[in-house]
Amino acid sequence: MAPREIERPRFGVLNGLSHVALAVWALLIVAPLLWTFLASFKSNAEIFGDPLQLPGALRLDAWGRAWDTAHIGRYMLNTVIVVLFGTAGTMVFGSMAAYVLARYRFPGSRLIYYYFVAGLAFPVFLALGPLFFVVKQVGLLNSHVGLVLVYVAYSLPFTVFFLAAFFRTLPEAVAEAAQIDGASHTRTFFQIMVPMARPGLISITIFNVLGQWNQYLLPLVLLAGDPDKWVLTQGIARISTLAGYEADWPGLFAALSITILPVMIVYIIFQRQIQSGLGSGALK
Amino acid sequence: MERLRRYGFVAGFLAVPLVLYTVFVISPYVQAFQLALTSWNGYSSIVRYVGLDNFGRLFQDEVFWRALRNHGILLLVLPLVTILIALVFAFLLNLGGGTRGAGMKGVWGSNFYRTVFFFPQVLAVAVVGVLFQAVYRPDEDGVINGVLARFGVDPVGWLIEPDLALWSIIAVMVWQAVGFYVVLFSAGMAAIPKDYFEAAALDGANRLRLFFSITLPLLRDTVQVGWIYLGIAAFDGFALIQVLAGDKGEPDGATTILPITIYNTAFSYQKVGYASAMGVALFFLTVTFAVLTLRTTRRERVEL
Repeated sequence: MAPREIERPRFGVLNGLSHVALAVWALLIVAPLLWTFLASFKSNAEIFGDPLQLPGALRLDAWGRAWDTAHIGRYMLNTVIVVLFGTAGTMVFGSMAAYVLARYRFPGSRLIYYYFVAGLAFPVFLALGPLFFVVKQVGLLNSHVGLVLVYVAYSLPFTVFFLAAFFRTLPEAVAEAAQIDGASHTRTFFQIMVPMARPGLISITIFNVLGQWNQYLLPLVLLAGDPDKWVLTQGIARISTLAGYEADWPGLFAALSITILPVMIVYIIFQRQIQSGLGSGALK
Repeated sequence: MERLRRYGFVAGFLAVPLVLYTVFVISPYVQAFQLALTSWNGYSSIVRYVGLDNFGRLFQDEVFWRALRNHGILLLVLPLVTILIALVFAFLLNLGGGTRGAGMKGVWGSNFYRTVFFFPQVLAVAVVGVLFQAVYRPDEDGVINGVLARFGVDPVGWLIEPDLALWSIIAVMVWQAVGFYVVLFSAGMAAIPKDYFEAAALDGANRLRLFFSITLPLLRDTVQVGWIYLGIAAFDGFALIQVLAGDKGEPDGATTILPITIYNTAFSYQKVGYASAMGVALFFLTVTFAVLTLRTTRRERVEL
């Protein structure tokens, strides 16, 4: 009997080189993260010693210091609050606007759609100075409410753009049937269209959560005056500066580990959705 | 009545998003264009219009030119290197396993690699910056220099040497970006029909040939999208450079890019009008970049 398929693994030079290249890149990514994690258990002396050495003992005090003295817990809480309300607001208002612009014809609907999408063309830097004064004028400088509103506003262009395209692909028939049965426009939206648009909503939610969680520039400008309200990214930058003066390097690396770990856990659980969420944004 | 209800619904759904967007996004942009023509300092009640003076000053501003030059390097090198590495990895992960059984496979362990490669993308840039401060430390305690010391190499001032600093920072940006483009290109490669590869492989094409003759031409659109995204990411290099190189783009402005210069001019030197002019210049650069990219990469598309 002749073998139908010859399962011949190839150990060619090219194959070997590919694996080496992939493994080296993986190591380049894992090594700094692992080093940071290990350094949070080291003493100052060990950190300044041989960088390849393991910590001599499992010291947890740096983690405590990062949490208490360096306020990493407060920064994290601030970030969670801001991102929670920021993303929720973005999704509610973004999907409402996108739905109306995608499914209803009225005078000026195209114009309003392009008005929103135009926001994608401008770099945030252009608006930075004036934005500071706008937020100051409405009295929301150094407040989480102000930051949340600004996050929502700046997330709208992409969210509207993405979701409008998504709502257009949904079938007409279901919404029409609901209307004939006497459902109001609002009810049709919340009870019929939103559940149907779930895959698109999930992708763009992930996109917005990541974007707002990692935002550095806007809080830097809008929360500058009140360190108690700072978000994680600002906090880390400050702890990094302070670590230089106070020589508390284990504290810095513990703070970094505390910031990275939750993100890593969420990523490992939701990696498929995160990859497709960020990727679909680019491919639309 | 139904018509009225319909318009009421539309207006109700659009009101809040429109107000938020107009107040916090559009109005600052409009003001920026307006302020670019003034010499406003951010607090005085008198706003003096100076016409195009700010733009004239830009042309003589050494810091602006240095920022522009660095920006140009970033704009060219970041997309080129990232896309190159990502293309090769995406090819290996999706098709590099050769033709075994029915169709093409990735190399062994491709899921693991994809997961690891993508991870830096979800880390905040500020966090990455602090992380690489430790990696790049100029003495033997730095992660890289410590490893180098084992091989008897003297410590390198990754972020201190003016000729080296910008490249070190670009390396971090590439480090963070590659995974995203591996995923992006993988999606593009998945859309290429498998029989193309099988037919070519039957005709005796090796993997290098498959990559250059099939994958690359059919991936053109995706690569183009990637190039524009990276170009815009280059403009967003602010957080990383601010954390890694400090407010002024140390050493001595060697790593400064336009966003850094704008931020300092507006908030450290209180020259809001002048900073706005820089912002307007940056805006036109972005638009030019996007248009040029679309123009030069637009050729006849390969139809599937």
